[in-house]
This record gives sequence, C-alpha cells and structure tokens, in this order.
Amino acid sequence: MEPHEFPHIEQQLAPVFERHGCEANQLLKILREVQEIFHFIPPAAITCVASHLGVPRTQVEGVAGFYFFLSLKSVGEYRLLFSNNVTDQMQGNPELMQYFCHKLWLESGKVSEDNLLSVDSTSCTGMCDQGPAALINGWPLTNLDRDRLDMIAALIHDKKPVCDWPSMLFEVKDNIRRAGTLLGEPFEPGAAIRATLDRGSAATLMEMEASGLRGRGGAGFSVARKWSLCRASPGDHHYIVCNADEGEPGTFKDRVLLNSYADLVCEGMTVGARIIGATQGFLYLRGEYRYLLKKLEEVLARRRVAGLLGKNILGETGFDFDIEIHLGAGSYICGEESALIESLEGKRGRPRNRPPFPVTHGYLDQPTVVDNVETLACAARIAIQGGEWFAAIGTTQSTGSKILSIAGDCARPGIYEYPFGIALHEILDDCGAEDPYAVQVSGPSGILVPSKEFGRRISFEDLPTAGAFTVFKRGRDILQIVQNFARFFAHESCGFCTPCRVGTQLQKKIVDKITHGHGTVYDLEELKHVGHIMQSMSHCGLGHTAANPVLDMLEKFPDAYEHKLKNFAFEPVFDLDGALETARKITGRDDAWAHLS
Amino acid sequence: MNEKRKIRVATCSLAGCFGCHMSLLDIDEKLFDLLGVIEFDRTPFTDIKHCGPCDIGIVEGGVSNAENVHVLKEFRENCKVLVAIGACAITGGVPALRNNIDLWDCFQEVYLYEGGLEGNQIPNDPELPLPFDKVYPIYEVVKVDYFLPGCPPSADTIWKFLTDLIEGREPKLDYEMLHYD
Ligand SMILES: Cc1cc2nc3c(=O)[nH]c(=O)nc-3n(C[C@H](O)[C@H](O)[C@H](O)COP(=O)(O)O)c2cc1C
Ligand code: SF4
Ligand code: SF4
Ligand code: FES
Repeated sequence: MEPHEFPHIEQQLAPVFERHGCEANQLLKILREVQEIFHFIPPAAITCVASHLGVPRTQVEGVAGFYFFLSLKSVGEYRLLFSNNVTDQMQGNPELMQYFCHKLWLESGKVSEDNLLSVDSTSCTGMCDQGPAALINGWPLTNLDRDRLDMIAALIHDKKPVCDWPSMLFEVKDNIRRAGTLLGEPFEPGAAIRATLDRGSAATLMEMEASGLRGRGGAGFSVARKWSLCRASPGDHHYIVCNADEGEPGTFKDRVLLNSYADLVCEGMTVGARIIGATQGFLYLRGEYRYLLKKLEEVLARRRVAGLLGKNILGETGFDFDIEIHLGAGSYICGEESALIESLEGKRGRPRNRPPFPVTHGYLDQPTVVDNVETLACAARIAIQGGEWFAAIGTTQSTGSKILSIAGDCARPGIYEYPFGIALHEILDDCGAEDPYAVQVSGPSGILVPSKEFGRRISFEDLPTAGAFTVFKRGRDILQIVQNFARFFAHESCGFCTPCRVGTQLQKKIVDKITHGHGTVYDLEELKHVGHIMQSMSHCGLGHTAANPVLDMLEKFPDAYEHKLKNFAFEPVFDLDGALETARKITGRDDAWAHLS
Repeated sequence: MNEKRKIRVATCSLAGCFGCHMSLLDIDEKLFDLLGVIEFDRTPFTDIKHCGPCDIGIVEGGVSNAENVHVLKEFRENCKVLVAIGACAITGGVPALRNNIDLWDCFQEVYLYEGGLEGNQIPNDPELPLPFDKVYPIYEVVKVDYFLPGCPPSADTIWKFLTDLIEGREPKLDYEMLHYD
C-alpha cells in the first residue's frame, strides 16, 4: 500500500557496501545500516543487497525477517519500544505504553498515518534496576514516567533527531551495591597479559585448571577444558568470542562489566587468545546495548595505542590479536553460542547441530571459544592472581564469585557480587526485599523459587544462575508472571524445530486461557504434556528450558492457578459467541442461530 | 462368524474440502473388510443428518462458523473417541488462510464490490451459518483424542489407524506414514 519508491537505492547504499565489502557474512551488518537509513528494509534494498553480495533474495529477506530490530515494513522515523520484561511490567510499563498511545492516537504495533512514529513492546532491555525502560530507535530510555513521555512526545512532534534529545533521558547507572574480588579490586590494564607472557601459555592454562573457573553464561562448562580443547583443535585460524548478548530477561551484569570494566573483559579475551592461538576475537554485543558501542570502540583504540591489542602485543613478536565488535539485532536465541556464531557469519540466528561443537567447528568452521563477559573478566583476574587464589573463594564445585543482577520488589536493585554459596535469604536481606514471596533465579529459563526454599544457595551444586535475580513480594500474581515468561519464549523461539516453535505457542495460549478464567484440569495436563515434549525433544537450550516457569508454577505454586480453574473437563480456548460478534455486526443478524452459548 | 457388535463410526466435514473423506474411500476394496466390522452412523456416505451414540467420530475440516460448532459438539457428545483428520481439522489448514484477512474486507469484496447473486447486499438469512472472525482448529472447541496429520492422510495411513483402533490397539503409525517429503 505504501508508495515507497527508491530510485536512487544503488547510490544510497554504495557507502554501506564500501564499508563492509561484498562477503555474504557481512549481511547482518549491512542490513543494520539499511535499517538505520530507511527505518526499515525496503524491497528495493533487499534486491540491491542480494545482487551485491551474490546471494539469493530469499536469504536476505530471511535474515531481515529474523531479527526484531530489522523490519520489512516501515516502522516510522521514530520507533519506541517499551520493554516488556516482568519487572518493567510491575513498574507500570503497560500503563505507560497505553498512556503514550492514547496521547498520540496510536495503536501499538502500527505506524502513525504520517509515517512518523510507531510504538511496540520488546523483550527485556537490561535496565531492570532502573525501569520502566524503553528503546527509542535503539537507544535506551530509563526511569520512564508520564512526564518523561510527555517530553518524548513533544520531541517527536518537533521531529528532533534522537541524538539531540536531553541526555538525562538516556542516563544509565551502574548501581553497583556490593563489590567483591572481581569488581572491587583495582586493575591495571596489561597486567593479565604480562603475567600470561611471563608464565607462558601452558602454565597459564594450568592456572585456569587450578582455579576451577566455570562459565558464567549459564551452562557452567569448565573454562580450562574448553580452552584446551580449542587449543588442541587443528584449524587455519582460531577465534575467541565474548558473548555479550545478555538476553536472559532480568540480567544486566554484563552491561555494567562492559561499561566500567571493559579493559578487564578485553584482557580476558586477549589471555584466552594467547592460550588458544587466536589472532581475531569478536565481541558480540546485543543490539540493546549499542549505546555502549562508541565507548567500547574507544577502549579498543586506547588498548591498540598502549600495545595491548594489534601486532606484537606488549612487544612479544608474533603475538597478534585484535577484537572486532559485532552488533546483534534483537534476538534472544543469538546468545546461544552456535546461534551466535551463525549471526556473526551474517545469517539468521539458528542454533547448529552439535556435535561438532564450536571448539572444533565454530566461526567459519574453525576452532572457536565462546565465553561469557563475566567468565572472561574472571579469567583475567586468574591470570594475574593465580588459580589457587580463585579456588579459595566460593564452594568446591563453584569457585570464585558470582555477579547477580537484582531487580523487582526490593529497595536497592542493582549489581551484587557474592562468593558462590550465598543463601537466598541473605541476598534478600541485603537488597532490602519487602516481604519476599518468590525469586526467579537465572531468569525465565531458570528456576522459580518459593519462600520456603530461601535457604538454598547460589552455586552449580544447588541453584545455578547466569545472574538474573528477580524478587517478587507477597501478593504478586505468579500466574501473571508466568504468563509474561510464556509470552517471552513464544516470541523468542527461533522457529527451527517443532517442539519449541509449537510448544511455546501452545504454552502461551493455555496460560492465557487459564488467566482468562477458562482453564480446566485438562489444560493443566496438557501443559505438563507439552512441557515434557519441549524438554525432551527440542533442538537447543531455549526449547529445553522454555517450559520451566510453567512447570515450576504447576509444581510449587498451586495457589496461583487453582482458583481460576473451571471444574469441568473441557472449555473452548476462545469465546465462541464473542468470535461471532464481527459477523453479527456485518450481517445485522441477532437471531438464535447467530449465537452460541 | 460370531455375533460381534459392529463398531459404530460417524464422520463429518466441517471447513474442509472432502479430500480427507476421498482418501478414506481410497482404501478401495478394503472398504469391504472395513464394513465387515464397522457400521456408519452420520456420514456424508449415509446422509444421516444427526449423530447418535458412536464408538468413533472422525472430523475433517476446521471450525469456520456457528453450525460447525453445533456439529462438532454433537460429535463430541456422542462419540467415545474423537479423531481430527487432516491439516484443516488439526490446524485450520487451507481455510484458515482467511485468518489474515479482515472479515469485513472479505464480505465487502465478495458481496458488495463484485455484486453477488442477490445484488449488492450482504446475506443475512438466519438459515445461513454465521462465520467466525477466524477459522479455528477443532481442538480449541472440543477435546480431541487423536490427531491424524496429512493433507490428506494417505489411504494406507487411515487404514492402519482405523484397524489399530478397531482392534483395540493404541494406534501406531510408522514414520513413513507421517512424512510427506
Ligand atoms: C537460549 C540461550 C540463550 C543464551 N544466552 C546467553 C547470553 O546471553 N550470554 C551468555 O553468555 N550465554 C548465553 N547462553 C549460553 C551460551 O550458549 C554459552 O553456553 C555461553 O556463552 C558459554 O560461555 P561460558 O562458558 O563463559 O558461560 C545462552 C544459551 C541459550 C540456550
Ligand atoms: S529449541 Fe526453539 S530456539 Fe532452539 S532451535 Fe528449536 S525452535 Fe529454535
Ligand atoms: S486436510 Fe487437506 S484434504 Fe483434508 S479437508 Fe483439509 S484441505 Fe482437504
Ligand atoms: S514444513 Fe511447515 S511444519 Fe514442517
């Protein structure tokens, strides 16, 4: 319908191609820029990009359609995306969104008639400790309220470019409330690399082994093991990737590490590169954190000048290593390491079949290490202070400390670093949780812990976590929380395998049905059945864990749903009579046959 | 032959194309074997208008209008085992392609712009089944016991499924009978 004509598309895109070349693996980067120029990916651009990269048009369209921050239809000059994470929801984001839409005569998900603006919701933007949050053309807005929205409405009305908006709107705080060995101790850039060079790679790998360091991204795989497997794998090139996708709702510690500890993280990567023999590293930064891009580029530039990146690092002949930042585009699944690698290669983020694992066949089929931001920061500390020092902190199977991103119903949300083994009730005391009723540990894919289990401890032995810690006080509606999580997974499933693509939709539908008071015992059985299939048959970790919130609720929070159930065995999923209303209006009928009870 | 009671089977087509029924007829000469052990209640073959108590109900097609709901509920109430046959019954299938089109746009296009049989007016006779805003899979309206996928499922698949069910076995279909590439 929209009369978008782009007669000069070739000229407009020429500088983009100039910057990125014509390799197919540049596709995602190119599309990100196309999106910025036109506020969507016009069909003409798809044709142009396809012919330039020499790939089928469908491949370009496939990638453009996969990422939420790329759009095939116009989303207006301004796109305001409200974070729909459960904490933003508790802080009133749905009402704020409604207020804004009302004010500007907008319907969420649709572009205004003058093609100026659209409003929609998006998955957690990682600002849970300073919400309600949103993104305007990809830039984070924090601490939203009606006054700020009024201001934003005026700025948009005046067509002021986002870069000229008042900076207070974009203020992001670190909120470090409790610092331990990782966050609290001073660090001199270069120290970890120097220690590695002095000690030698093999010996540094031994220190990693002695430290017992396990991955902080969720799975908890031994870092020494991963690095030695990669080091031993034959390949033309080796790669190290820092996973800064941080997509798990409620997690925001990597944002703080990248904002204030970027040197430590880069150093961990450089140490890793030395050990596995990589000359190229990537930092995969989630699209939501693109506001950190400039700052991170500056850190990298500074490190190049200081001889900490580039050729002959710290004067060591042949020690060449550099880091390239790669921006994501709004996709949770791209945090899964093999999907992340696909995305780095410019493709849709579809998890690969494993084995082979990335350590032997990763980026461009070469041996690749993918590690979480926090893991790499820990590795840098270990390179300096040794494995034994690290192993003395925490518990036997969970050495060192863990950074938690605490948000929800507590007085002091923010970043807390604890030695592993800390009990939930201690954490809850520290953050000023008011009458806590449940905690979601490690985000929707983690565990929903009821208050009687607050004695449990953060550790791989008991409650493993990638960092999210969301507090719910008594009186919060657990069903509503689980509904939020079910919607999240249905939205983020990559759609590749049926158990997850269909399972997450069924879950969402059934939970919605129960919420609307149409649920029956039959639906509970169905939820269990679907959950079991998802856990056992899905292709990747997303599908394996996407049933966790629902199953946790069924098992541990019967009060959340029992009163909502109808007691007969089956209820239609939708309102039968209501679904006839449109046709009644159109035909003007109101006879007995035009109704269903 | 001992006097074993015949299994009573009903079938119907809601929003479907009768392709699944055609596929059932495609079991050809095995129909005679089948009729040795079953008898039909309401089906398009018998032209019986309402379903009585049955053992097996087979439903083709999704739920597109109010009448579909009446038929479907009648089947559910009368059949011990209810089977959704074919993509349309299971997911909405081909008719559900209309789900992306606004119902009002649809009516306008068909009855107002093009000029229908009665001139430019939207039919509103109470005898006509009133359409839903969308086409729904049948499991969203009643409890369904078995889903037999395919568009349509092959005659062999239907035969295997029915013979299993009739002989009191849990129906089991090999991969070969369920894949379509
Ligand atoms: C759906 C899904 C999302 C993930 N998201 C992230 C993420 O955002 N950040 C991360 O570090 N790891 C994430 N992971 C885990 C990675 O696959 C991988 O295990 C991790 O990056 C390895 O690094 P580590 O050993 O340092 O933890 C995710 C896994 C899955 C299944
Ligand atoms: S489990 Fe979900 S996210 Fe993972 S491959 Fe399958 S559809 Fe994609
Ligand atoms: S599933 Fe296929 S054959 Fe069966 S009714 Fe639908 S369209 Fe026809
Ligand atoms: S091809 Fe569509 S579900 Fe398999």
